Amino acid sequence: MQKKVSPYERVKLARNAKRPGSDDFIAALFEDFFEIRGDRAYSDDNAVICGIARFNGAPVSVAAICKGRTIEARIKRNFGMAQPDGYRKFLRCLAQAVKFRRPLITFIDTPGAYPGKSAEERGQGQAIAECLYQMSAAPIPIISIVIGEGGSGGAIALGVADRLIMLENAVLSVLSPEGFASILWKDSARAAEASDVMKLTAADLLEYKIADYLIQEPDGGAGEAPELVINRVGELIKSELTELLKLSETQLLNDRYRKYRLIGTSDGEVCLD
Amino acid sequence: MLNPFAERKLKLNLLQSLRFGGKKTSGTVQRITCGGCKADFEPSALQAVMYVCPRCGFHLQYPVRERLEKLFDADTATEKFKDLAPSDVLNFPGYAKKISETASKTGLPEACICVTGKIGGHTAVCAAIDISFMMGSMGTAVGEKITLAAELAQSSRLPLIIFSAGGGARMQEGIFSLMQMIKTSAAIKRFSDSGGLFISYITHPTTGGITASFASLGDITLAEPGALFGFAGPRVIEQTIGEKLPNGFQSSEFQMEHGFVDAIVSRSDSRAELTKLLSLHSV
Ligand SMILES: [Zn+2]
Repeated sequence: MQKKVSPYERVKLARNAKRPGSDDFIAALFEDFFEIRGDRAYSDDNAVICGIARFNGAPVSVAAICKGRTIEARIKRNFGMAQPDGYRKFLRCLAQAVKFRRPLITFIDTPGAYPGKSAEERGQGQAIAECLYQMSAAPIPIISIVIGEGGSGGAIALGVADRLIMLENAVLSVLSPEGFASILWKDSARAAEASDVMKLTAADLLEYKIADYLIQEPDGGAGEAPELVINRVGELIKSELTELLKLSETQLLNDRYRKYRLIGTSDGEVCLD
Repeated sequence: MLNPFAERKLKLNLLQSLRFGGKKTSGTVQRITCGGCKADFEPSALQAVMYVCPRCGFHLQYPVRERLEKLFDADTATEKFKDLAPSDVLNFPGYAKKISETASKTGLPEACICVTGKIGGHTAVCAAIDISFMMGSMGTAVGEKITLAAELAQSSRLPLIIFSAGGGARMQEGIFSLMQMIKTSAAIKRFSDSGGLFISYITHPTTGGITASFASLGDITLAEPGALFGFAGPRVIEQTIGEKLPNGFQSSEFQMEHGFVDAIVSRSDSRAELTKLLSLHSV
């Protein structure tokens, strides 16, 4: 990168509709994709895409939160804001991945879980908690890629992973910079300032060891050369999956637990078995 | 648990920081207003009844140390991990100062207190969150304490009880706060897989990242009457849907009706109910 890009400019790039979406990544990187639909309890939430596919010749499970790029697609996918039904569809997908011992690849692009009345009535909090709970101990390799916006609990619900990959202009944060500014300073217009202090860029998260890899994007963002960026992601998934598949289930789960266990531990000295 | 001086200072501070209702000064004694019926009470009168309004039964904010003291059998409670204090992981402007001011105002090192002891003769690990400390938000130290509590319960093969409260992530610790949702959920999962009993006890208000992690992962979920328990805050939902929410939306009673709470347990019954549940799970 020659040009200095501010954190808030990255937030805007992360939200840019020209960027390849989760559905574009799935279409380009996998073969024989079969989409599973519905949570078997209430509905099929189009903000979450789940299915089975071939990656590099072998079956994998795939899940994604998808915003859609056209206005029609955005409405269909509720702007990437999942309902509890979407998270429960994902739990189905995860359970199948575990049952058939398939690696799981997830793509994250969401402003956050849907904060609506119906979502609360059906247990949005419980649905997200269950995703974190089950992902943390699923004995299969999990790779998550934040491709755009990673907004809060609704994003990490698909992001408990052995490897967290972020596109260079993707962001992951406790809430949107607008929301952050409005809570802390009662002024949502101070979003740019909030972005500066929030440490939400891929580079920040890589430095904090919360993200494991950063995928470079061309100047102007992934939308300028989607194929190039998607291929880079594909190559990295391939090499990381090869490494993860060498680990025993116990090793895999212990490494995953340790990775999260050590985040925010001031002395870093924790007794782990 | 505390020396008498610290305890007196603590109680004074807690009374000053009671969230429900306003504070009225009559002479030198501050009175506390019930959030339910608006009646005024002497602090000592409310303290004697676990901060449950004697007139209308409304559950006022209950200082966590007092809650734990009343809950455990006399002289059995030991505080754990008490040196864990918040850390300014992002070097966030003004946060270090805010932490020290809040700590001296509340007498609490952090929003979460952990204790082991006996309830009705049954030994348990207990964590509780006090919303007088930065709204009970989950920063790294809170996440660490909840995780340590689950790990302690697992290694000592004891049941775990968490009195949840709080508005979710601590803004000033940003992404590190968010990651505590994963850390605590992973610890509860390991504890559960080892056969441990986790009773999640919801108190007012439990929202955001606390609801979307450990608070929703109990084998049994209890809730205090009238507690707010939900993911998105009511104001955010109203903005999203463009209408007012009905009365009682996201209350414990609403959540029980919708299948997310097993029982509404008032403060006066909590010791007996917990004793019963612990007994049903002891071998
Ligand atoms: Zn009252």
